[in-house]
Order: sequence, then structure tokens, then C-alpha cells
Amino acid sequence: MKAVLLGSYAVAHGARVSMVEVIAAYPITPQTSIVEKLAEFCSNGTLRARFVTVESEHSAMAACIGASTAGARAFTATSSQGLALMHELLHWAAGARLPIVLANANRALAAPWSIGTDHTDSLSQRDTGWLQFYCESCQECLDTTIQAFKIAEAVSLPVMINLDGFILTHTSEPVDIPEVDRVASYLPPFDPEYKLDVEEPWAFSAGMIGPYAQHYMNFRSKMQDCMEQAKTVAEKADEEFGDVFGRRYGVVNEYCCDDADVVVVGAGTMASTVRAVVKQLRQKSIKAGALKIRMFRPFPSEIVRDILGNAKKVALIDRNLSPGSGGIFFQEVKSSLYPLRNRPQVFGFLTGLGGKDVTPEVITEIIDYTLSHDEPIKDYIWMGLLK
Amino acid sequence: MDGVTQIDSAIPQEEWLYSGHAACAGCGAAQALRLALKGLGGRTMLVIVASCSTPIAGNFPFSALKVPLMHIAFEAGGATGSGVRAALDQKGIEDVNVVVWAGDGGTFDIGLQSLSGAAERNEDIIYVCYDNEAYMNTGIQRSSATPWGCWTTTTPATSMKDLPKKDIMRIMASHRIPYAATATPAYPKDLIEKMRKAAKMKGTRFFHILAPCPTGWHFPSELGVKISRLAVETKVFPLYEVTVGEQYRLNHVPKGLPVKEYLAPQGRFGHLSKEDIRIIQKNIDESWDRLMKKVHDSGIEWP
Repeated sequence: MKAVLLGSYAVAHGARVSMVEVIAAYPITPQTSIVEKLAEFCSNGTLRARFVTVESEHSAMAACIGASTAGARAFTATSSQGLALMHELLHWAAGARLPIVLANANRALAAPWSIGTDHTDSLSQRDTGWLQFYCESCQECLDTTIQAFKIAEAVSLPVMINLDGFILTHTSEPVDIPEVDRVASYLPPFDPEYKLDVEEPWAFSAGMIGPYAQHYMNFRSKMQDCMEQAKTVAEKADEEFGDVFGRRYGVVNEYCCDDADVVVVGAGTMASTVRAVVKQLRQKSIKAGALKIRMFRPFPSEIVRDILGNAKKVALIDRNLSPGSGGIFFQEVKSSLYPLRNRPQVFGFLTGLGGKDVTPEVITEIIDYTLSHDEPIKDYIWMGLLK
Repeated sequence: MDGVTQIDSAIPQEEWLYSGHAACAGCGAAQALRLALKGLGGRTMLVIVASCSTPIAGNFPFSALKVPLMHIAFEAGGATGSGVRAALDQKGIEDVNVVVWAGDGGTFDIGLQSLSGAAERNEDIIYVCYDNEAYMNTGIQRSSATPWGCWTTTTPATSMKDLPKKDIMRIMASHRIPYAATATPAYPKDLIEKMRKAAKMKGTRFFHILAPCPTGWHFPSELGVKISRLAVETKVFPLYEVTVGEQYRLNHVPKGLPVKEYLAPQGRFGHLSKEDIRIIQKNIDESWDRLMKKVHDSGIEWP
């Protein structure tokens, strides 16, 4: 069925057709429309799920952890401050190996208050053990939600879907909503091997303290193994998705990268703008390319290295800031390129924070700067600061 | 009975907490857990909030319990229990008790928001707070359940806690939950009967169990049951239950022993002056009067 949907409603439909069983959520702008739509689905019977109207995001994640441990497919959505409040339990969910799916509407963190798009909220959760995807369109939001459950349940790790606050959550686009039956053929019901069960009284997340402390590192090592596996699992899930629904996204998306003098790298909605700018520049015989990083955790280092290895220069646009370092995608991409003998020059640009638009003009300026300099003078260059 | 000695069948013989668990000798929390499970039975799932019960339940790859359990972070008991219940509801499993097991820190302090949220939603869970009146697992630091005059490592004798204990039962009663009750291991039949009663009800059911701690209260480990009995008989910890936040019923008429009999065996009160003990007695009498007013207003006969 085709419909014109907000990005946030596309996520809600994605959760609905994935037949989530427990939803626990707390309102926060600009995420709220996701869970409002899900509450509507639950109340009108289009979705047979329990909606737990918790009193905080911390409790939203706690309820998802409880539900998932008891064997239910669990979903929540949040943004910014809410994601930060969940932080402790994001670690818990991953450590407990629970395939919870969370949609995060990327929004700047306070102080000062801002509700504009910014990727620092999700990127500062990068070491929690969650897989992370960044979406570009409403259709991708819906499809990634379905894929997220498929991947999460295959590797027993939680998945975070990120969509730019307002720019994507509150933009309407035509979206193909798959039928529940077809989704069920792609995504079978969640049936974990271990769950809370009075017939088999397992103890979940028991202590590893004192003489048992040595187990902890083995558990972390297994988690890392599964993160590594997730790279191929995600590609396979995307491929299978393509077979069933006719749409594929890849863990990255490359455009005109093969012979590029400069490849612009970014994540989220800016990827569409970058691609449009590259297309125009190609018409003027400027050899630009575009690389969208869709999956941030696990980081697809090998693929990124293969694609960028041929480029002369890389212009990296970070819509986030790790104060004291710079852009977070910049760090990841640079370390991915390190094993190469001949590495491209990587220029790091910081822009679009707090909801500032990443316009074609800004992207053109970034490309011009990169082409006109032999090497970057420092690790980060701010674009679009007020004079 | 023709020469046959009938043992008291009010206390089930089946054990759900294995011997060999990691509690200190004389631990009131372990006694409470053992008795609670005797009342609730095997169709019970535990959500264990960070507390002394975390190690008591056993280190990986072991479990000290014959019922399934999950551990969770300190402030997350109410919400985690809600999630477990939501999953069971989705699967049509109705005959399993979802029990959140938390200490006083995880209930009175850091977990109060999550508990209040669950209670306001009237989640179908049994929430048990075993109260040993301080953060015992981290080494005896004061909590808002620590009573007036008490020594802890963060309220040393020279600056003892000079604030009253938070009244968690009134807080929970204010949520108008179906059932709230106090209990203590010195009265096992009362504790078990209340668990059985709660298990038959729906909605949020709350237990406040006084769990004397030999390690933190500084008394010999064999005195735990005696001290929890003295807590009841001195009116420090009355045994009562509250239905729908309004109906107060007293379960045991205390002897009204002087409070100093309860305080004297405990090293944590060893620094108190006669005047301090007089103040404590006055506070106990006043809080007893407040409770009795609620009992009388409920129009329920004394036991």
C-alpha cells in the first residue's frame, strides 16, 4: 500500500508490520509522533501490542529489557536528552544481548536548549554495544525498522535506527507500506532460545564478581564477535529484503566514487543533498563522488577502505562534535584508511549542528575548499559559523 | 493425633532458595526471600534490583534460586517488572507472579520514580522492598530508610542521622494500589499468608519487609529474628496491610515494649543518649497513633 507519510509515521508503520509485542515510550520532541502513531495502532487494534506509558526514558528502556528477557519483541523511540537518560540501560540491553529496536530522532543535546537535528546524541552512545543505522528517506526509515529486527534477532544485539529530527521525522514522502504477511515471510516471530520461563528457571545477567570475574571478558569478546558478524548479517538482511520487497540500501551507499578526485562522506539526510551537488558538479566535469554511511556500528571499515582507497581526497561532513577531538565520523573513517599504503587526504568539516541546514551551497563550498587545498591544515574546519 | 506430632503446615516445606546462597549468616533479606517464595510458589519470576540480593542470587554460572530471575540496574525495578508482565500478557501467561525484589536504596531512593510509575499504572506486579535501613551492599551508607539517630558510615555517631525515616507505606498507599503490607521474618506465617493473599490479587501489590542486617546493624547473627520481633513488639515496625490505599488493618497487636529493648542489642544505636532514646520513643508513639487513627477510621476490627 502506498501512502504519504512523515518519517516518524514511517518508523511507526515499520514497527507495526514487524508485529512488535511490547512498546514502552516516553514523549520527547521530535520523536513523539512515532509513539503517538503506535499508541493509535494499539488502541484501534491494527497492532496487537502492549503499550507501556512509562514515566521516563530510563524506564522505557527498563521495560523493554524486561519484556525482551521474557521473550517479547520490544520497541521504543526517543531523542537527545531521552537517549542520554537511557545511557546506563543501553549498555545493559547490549550486555544482556537483547534484540531491542530503538528509533532515535537525532536532536541536539542541551545546554543550551535546542531541538534541531544533530548526531551527537546517538554518536555519543557508540560504545554501548548497539548497532546504529542512519536513514535518509521516509521509505528507508520504514524499511530499516523491519531490517533492524531481522539483524538484531540474528546477532542478539540491540539496534538503533537514527533519523534526523524534523528534517526527516516531520517530512512527508510517498512510502510503500508492506503488508504484514509479506513482512512475516521475511521476519519470523521472535522466539529466543533463552527467556524467563518458570519451567526452565534461568538466571539472567548474574554477577561475575570475585572468582567469577574472569567470565566477564569472555562475554565482551563474544559481543565483539557478534558485532563483527553483524557486518555480514546486515548485508545479507538487506539483500534478502531486496529479494522480497525490491528495495536495497547497503550498509553504505556510494555514488560516482570510482574515479573521484574528491568523495564527500556523510550520514543521514545530508546524503541526498550531497548526491544532488555531486550530480551537478559531474555535469561541469568536476570529478566528485558521494559516500553515505548508513551503518555506523559495527563500522564497515573494510567497505569504506575499499571505496575511499581510490579517491585522491575525502571531504567528511560531521553533523556532530566530540569536543576536544572533532567530528566522530572523521575519526572512524580516518582510522579505517590507516592500513592503506597510499591514503587519501581526509578533510574534516563540522557543520549542521543544532539543526543548521546543510545546504547545497555549504556542500559546494566544502568541495571547493577540499579541491583547492593540498592537505588539511587541521582535523576540523567549521563551516557556516555566524560571523 | 494419636501420638503423631503434627508439624505446622502453614509453612510450606518446599524450598525455592537453595542453601549455599551468598548471604551473610543471619541475613534478614535471605530469610525474607525464602519465606516470600514459600508463599508465592514456583510459578514466580523475580526481577532482582541491584542490592545485597544480587550476590545472594548467585554468581554466573550458578543460581541460588529455583525460580527464573533477571537482574537489573538499581533504579529500574518498577519499570523492568512492568516490561516482564507486558510480555507475559502478550503471550497469554496469566498464572505467573512477576515479583520485583529490591532493597531500601532501590525503593525509597534511586528506584522511587520507577516504582511510582509502575504503581500509578497499576502494573500487575508484586513489588517487595526488603528494608535493612541503609546501603548494606556498598558498606552501610545511610538511605532515606535509615531511622532517626542511626549510625551508618556516612552518618557517623558524631553526626548521626537526625532526620526521620521516609514513610514508604504512606507513599505507596497514596497511589491507591490494591494492596500494600508490612511483614518481617519473625512472623513467618503472617509473611507467607500475605504473599498468598497478594498472589491472588491483580494490580500493583507492595510489600515493606523489615530485614535486620547483622553486618550493618552490628548485632550477633543469631539475634536477627529476635530483633525483627522486637521491632514489631516495640511498635517500631507494626504489622499491617492497606487495601486500595484506604483500608488499614492491623495484623498483630504489639505488646508495646519500650523502644530501648529494640535499640539496645544493636551496635548502630550504641552511641545514643538517654535523651535520644526518649526522642525516639516519642516519635514511635506518635507514628503509632497516626497509624491507629487510620486503622480506626477504616472501621476494621483489631485482630
